[in-house]
Amino acid sequence: MALASTPVPPALKAKRRREAARTVAFLSPWLIGFGVFFAYPLISTVYFSFMRYDGFTAPTFNGLKNWDYVLNEYPSFWTGLGNTLWLVLVMVTLRVAFGLGIGLLITKVRTGAGFFRTAFYLPYLAPPVAATMAFAFLLNPGTGPVNHLLGDLGLPQPGWFTDPSWSKPALTMLALWGIGDLMVIFMAALLDVPKEQYEAAELDGAGPWQKFRFVTAPNISPIVMFAVVTGVIQTMQYYTQAIVAGKVASGVIGGSGQQFEPGYPHGSTWTLPQMVYNLGFQRFDTGSACVVAVILFAISMAFTSLLLRRKSGFINED
Amino acid sequence: MTITSTVRLPARAGSTAAARVARRRAALHWVAVHSLAIAAALFFLLPFVFVLLTSVMSDQQALTSNLWPTEWHWGNYGKVWRTPGFLTWWRNTLLYAAGGTALTVVSSLPVAYALAKFRFRGRNLALTAVISMMMLPPQVTVIPMYLFWAKQMHLTGSLWPLVIPMAFGDAFSIFLLRQFLLTIPKEYLEAARIDGCGDLRTLVRVVLPMAKPAIAAVALFQFFFCWNDYFGPQIYSSENPGAWTLSYGLESFKGAHHTNWNLTMAATLLVTAPVLVLFFFAQKAFIEGVTLTGVKG
Repeated sequence: MALASTPVPPALKAKRRREAARTVAFLSPWLIGFGVFFAYPLISTVYFSFMRYDGFTAPTFNGLKNWDYVLNEYPSFWTGLGNTLWLVLVMVTLRVAFGLGIGLLITKVRTGAGFFRTAFYLPYLAPPVAATMAFAFLLNPGTGPVNHLLGDLGLPQPGWFTDPSWSKPALTMLALWGIGDLMVIFMAALLDVPKEQYEAAELDGAGPWQKFRFVTAPNISPIVMFAVVTGVIQTMQYYTQAIVAGKVASGVIGGSGQQFEPGYPHGSTWTLPQMVYNLGFQRFDTGSACVVAVILFAISMAFTSLLLRRKSGFINED
Repeated sequence: MTITSTVRLPARAGSTAAARVARRRAALHWVAVHSLAIAAALFFLLPFVFVLLTSVMSDQQALTSNLWPTEWHWGNYGKVWRTPGFLTWWRNTLLYAAGGTALTVVSSLPVAYALAKFRFRGRNLALTAVISMMMLPPQVTVIPMYLFWAKQMHLTGSLWPLVIPMAFGDAFSIFLLRQFLLTIPKEYLEAARIDGCGDLRTLVRVVLPMAKPAIAAVALFQFFFCWNDYFGPQIYSSENPGAWTLSYGLESFKGAHHTNWNLTMAATLLVTAPVLVLFFFAQKAFIEGVTLTGVKG
């Protein structure tokens, strides 16, 4: 406050100007990127959501008609939203639970820890298209190894990606297979829990469950929250696996431009991001595609704001 | 090793009953943990094993539900390699991944440095914007971006719409690098300034060498992102088969060979292998990067 009342000497002024210039210079790649690849397309998406536009002829104002069409007439919208919600609830919950379980397990392994860590991590590295094609093969109902083994054990052999009631569980299994990233994050968090707290709990006579409940859980809960929120945001973007599994299982020739049944089978793998592709790039209904994009944006940002809340402590402000 | 010692110890003279119980419990714990770990390892590794076994089966056998190949057709890999287009997809993917990675690192490092070490008004706002960008589904902005690349730049059907944006900083890389740069003590930067280094010289001579692990992690992540990217190539380059990448081409490969699971699985492994090899050489950087992404400042 005292400084503010005294006049700023010219030397200091020049220094401040230099500092502002260097800040802008260092930030410039991103400032341009933010404008061109974020702000401009975001505003355009909102703008196009109110326009009748096929991508070729000039857009004309269409009021809320695209919104009305998407929400009330495009039947796949609610199917897709329902599927996305299913994936968020089941896939995210199981991924976090399984990731935490594998993380706990790897901290207890004494012999061959390096081998197990690598084994649990490898699937995470498989490119999503390759992993999905591998699972489409492993889970193919006729000749797939998984149903072969299930048959040997006398268990039922589901249709997996070809059965609407099994396609989402099959996608969930694929997601659980690629748990490596969460395992590493949880492992780091678990190793960070102060040893003294476990020793103190032991002196108080705590058993393994009580140690987990009163020492481990409170220490890692911020990381679990982080995993849940980022998991929800990732699941809102769920695209490649759903589309590739649908194409391979329905036998469509990829890349030939041949239309495939959206969300094969029976819309069970249909998600919001696929709608943007279907409406915008296959039906050339740019306006309606932008409506779905705006809805996707609104949901994602609602969850991002959870991460950004200052007291959540995920992002160090200093 | 551990199990033999725990089993043998109770026989020793002088061990009390309580110690015996404790040792027996420890041995049981060891067995339980490692049985679980082996079961989990089977879940994670068996898919690779089945894919590998199928990839070397004969065409006829791949149509049956046999799990073990009767003859080993290693030539399937050569067949896949010689499939028209496969080498082109390979080259395109390498161009996309290498170019994208280099541009991302060069453009993201100064931004991350400014966000971590400069004090300026609006810094928290800029950080919030970076995180929002990081969390934004690509589908939200894809329609205006496609129109931009198709109508203004006339560059769809090539790799340029995929590579050029990476010259303007990548939100995830900026965030990860910033989290790391926060840990560099101020004293180093002040010492450099006293020695007469400008900001750019400080960044290149002092910060860059110290940030090598974080830069390696960012480069790896970006390389994997490009290698794995399916949505970008599908939107921007799919109209021209000469510009397809492995991710996009692999799917069409299944279409062209839709009865041949053996060749499809060989192709799948050929697309996965480089990523696994790269990981084995750079394991430490990668794992450090994952832990750096969100856990702590």
